[in-house]
Amino acid sequence: MATDLLYKYVLGLGDDALILGQRLSQWAYKGPFLEEDIALSNISLDMFGRANLFLEYATILKGNGTSADELAFKRNEREFRNHILCEQPNGNFADTMVRQFFLDAFYKLFLQKLTESKDEQLSAIAQKSIKETTYHLRHSSKWIIRLGDGTPESHAKVQPAINNLWMFTNELFEMNEIDHEMVKQKIGVDCQPLKMEWDKIMDEVFTEATLKKPENIHMTTGGREGIHTEHLGHLLSDMQYLQRAYPDAQW
Amino acid sequence: MSDKNLPTWEVFIQPKTGASFQHAGNLHASDKEMALQNARELYTRRKEGTCIWVVKTEDIVSSNPEDQASFFDPADDKVYRYPTFFKVSKKAKGL
Repeated sequence: MATDLLYKYVLGLGDDALILGQRLSQWAYKGPFLEEDIALSNISLDMFGRANLFLEYATILKGNGTSADELAFKRNEREFRNHILCEQPNGNFADTMVRQFFLDAFYKLFLQKLTESKDEQLSAIAQKSIKETTYHLRHSSKWIIRLGDGTPESHAKVQPAINNLWMFTNELFEMNEIDHEMVKQKIGVDCQPLKMEWDKIMDEVFTEATLKKPENIHMTTGGREGIHTEHLGHLLSDMQYLQRAYPDAQW
Repeated sequence: MSDKNLPTWEVFIQPKTGASFQHAGNLHASDKEMALQNARELYTRRKEGTCIWVVKTEDIVSSNPEDQASFFDPADDKVYRYPTFFKVSKKAKGL
């Protein structure tokens, strides 16, 4: 029972990285210019690397011979535990950068806390990932400033992106039963206190970017329970196609 | 934004602490921070260095190829400008 809770906890963290990595990989060869195309692909690869670490650990916890590949390619939509922000479509470049900025800021704070986990494996993954995320946040936050304080056109694209994606941000800080149990066991992170620090990062960047923080937005949730937006199914049908069509195909 | 607007930057990487910076290549970027980040993405993903310099290509002053003769040829007949011109005492170690 206790292992099952940890399994689900780790799966959620792995799914966040996997789904975001898949989304970012969809920018490959479509970036606004060569250098940024490579930057997005590199961040995507960082996410796949992180997903692999979490999902490999999940298979050990599961202990029934399931592989990390099977977790990635053979679970259905309702079995994915990622935050729904991760699965939101790439949209235009501003939409992608806002999604990235929200998640980078969250994961910077989250991973810092996860390094203190009593679970050595989680602590080790967090220590490795925090370095990448520090860089990712630097990349995405500078883009938000550039776009917000850039041309009238870039400003007119980034503000709606913020307004549209804001509804998915509250989920990042929600605490379900598994989260509470993991905190009790000093394994997981209490996300509630992170909200204030996250808001501070938002305020600082939005001020410099001359952007407005949305107010009175209805918040949505459900990813950690397997309730997703319509976008995840389409993403999975693309990502899982090969393993579904040719089960157990190898390189 | 269009890549037509982005200026080019030259990238210099220091392979290890104390070593000279070496020209690695160039890239497009709109500002210093983007140039630094793009340099990191393009030239240091495999731990190639300890420090990066970026400088706008237009800020580099270059000699003209036409000046090649007057700039470089005079060294040819002054062999003493090369360290190999001088005999090294066998007693001098660590040179």
